[in-house]
Amino acid sequence: MELFFQQLINGLSLGALYALIAVGYTVVYGIVQLINFAHGEIFMVGAFGAFGTWMILGQPKDWSVAASLFILLPLMLLGGIVTSVAVALLTERFAYRPLRNAPRLAPLITAIGVSVFLQEFVRLFYGRIPGFPDAKSAIAFPAIPGISGESIQVGGVLIQMPAVFTIGALAVSTVFLWYFVNRTKTGRAMIATSQDADTARLMGIDVDKVIVAAFGVGAGLAAIAGVAHGLSYGNIDFRMGFLAGLKAFTAAVLGGIGNINGAVVGGLVLGIVEAMATTFIPGQFGSSAWKDVWAFVLLILVLVFRPQGLLGAKVVDRA
Amino acid sequence: MTQVTSGVGHHVDASTLLLEAAHVTMRFGGLTAVNDVSLNVHAGEIFGLIGPNGAGKTTFFNCLTGLYKPTSGEVRFAGAVLPPQPRLVVRAGMARTFQNIRLFHNMTALENVMVGMYSRTKTNAIDAVFRLPRHRREEKESTERARELLDFVGLTGAADMLSRNLPYGDQRRLEIARALATDPKLLLLDEPTAGMNPQETRQAEELIFKIRDLGLAVLVIEHDMRFIFNLCDRVACLVRGAVLVEGVGAVVQNDPRVIEAYIGAPAEELPAPQVGQPGANPGEGIADA
Repeated sequence: MELFFQQLINGLSLGALYALIAVGYTVVYGIVQLINFAHGEIFMVGAFGAFGTWMILGQPKDWSVAASLFILLPLMLLGGIVTSVAVALLTERFAYRPLRNAPRLAPLITAIGVSVFLQEFVRLFYGRIPGFPDAKSAIAFPAIPGISGESIQVGGVLIQMPAVFTIGALAVSTVFLWYFVNRTKTGRAMIATSQDADTARLMGIDVDKVIVAAFGVGAGLAAIAGVAHGLSYGNIDFRMGFLAGLKAFTAAVLGGIGNINGAVVGGLVLGIVEAMATTFIPGQFGSSAWKDVWAFVLLILVLVFRPQGLLGAKVVDRA
Repeated sequence: MTQVTSGVGHHVDASTLLLEAAHVTMRFGGLTAVNDVSLNVHAGEIFGLIGPNGAGKTTFFNCLTGLYKPTSGEVRFAGAVLPPQPRLVVRAGMARTFQNIRLFHNMTALENVMVGMYSRTKTNAIDAVFRLPRHRREEKESTERARELLDFVGLTGAADMLSRNLPYGDQRRLEIARALATDPKLLLLDEPTAGMNPQETRQAEELIFKIRDLGLAVLVIEHDMRFIFNLCDRVACLVRGAVLVEGVGAVVQNDPRVIEAYIGAPAEELPAPQVGQPGANPGEGIADA
């Protein structure tokens, strides 16, 4: 039983990471019907932005726990968010917006191109910034006193502090997101645009602004996920966005693409399934090498039996 | 702007030209859907646009509201050329409803109306993220105003219902409330009584009069002749994309060319049908055939 709860915590932590990224896929898809395959790279760029912020702050190593938690970590998060949002808005402006009225395949292929571009850009140029380490291989993510390497014991279950940070970040982000979508006019404009963009325009909504907001919100959450990833795994890598992005996309589809709550639920379900599969499936099929297999088996099962996703409403034709 | 709290009404000078459409032509490839249409709508008047199916009425609406860019011709609104972009048209003060209801189906009635206020409120995402007092105040005002508008169209109890669950007639009224939320000077209604029973039609008529009494001009497309001639100060009949007749209701109503356009040329010995009389309503039989 202890093992079950241990894996549940591990799964929730992994799932929270997927969920934070998945929201970006689902929000953008809901509004422009684009699978933004570069979103995994936005997550990666966020992690590098946070790392860069730490470098600019002079690589503080011996700050007190309080200073680290309440000054250093927020600054790193802010740096990551600013970097991710800036990159996301630039890609929206220069890669996707010119293709707004093109056939849907065109922006999709562009997204793959943007993804490769961002990976290679970070690989080749990150180390060129004076004083920054070379990014051609993994970089050790700075340890934050009070989080990195710390854990708390609850019963027989060991909860790593980075997991607490990740799950907490998801909880806080979800509350903010709910508030933003349901209680602000930009959020309402987003929902309206996702339901009927032409009518939204005829109600005076600036659809371009709404699209920018969608990319921005998704990128901000992806950056938080980037920091959480760095804290959880201790290093960051220009390739980290690929698999994480793919898994988060899976989570978004699992929950019902276009549905924000679905992205959160899908991410958590996916994380828990991965964690449980590596523990409770016997023999070699339960080894960690197989966890990605189980994740995608789950996706295939959901697509076969519930193609609209766990929470996605069936698409109804407009009258 | 303070329109959010100031009520729908505008100061009206009935002689003011509000909408001037001059020689509007819309071609799709070889098809001329709207051919050299010129119309003027004055502040505070109800203007009717009639014509058989396919006459180009909705296409003309789309030209006015920026969904289509006319092939040639010009639309001026309150003295300025209208930009061919829907959201700027809304900002300029023109709002519309649709022949096929186009509400945001998965939002509540209240939220639908609040979406209409988007262009008339000032707070931006930054205010919202930091929950600045300005944002909170404006949200509160918008909610109150949206409830007033729902009251105005007679949907007092329906605020928290999803719009797709509303009865058909209520959906039409909600579309009108949402259009009013953009604080227009001119309201375009595309077949507001399509599919309504006589009682609902009467209510729609009363609502449009109420809207006019607030000082708005109304441009309405309809098939129901009795409805349009009761309602409108002036009427234009559009046939095959061009204006056939324009004038006060009685003139258009009795113009033989209008009757011909609707039901064909009358046989010599038969009396011309009395349009607008109970029991003789040529529009109804033809509408949405």
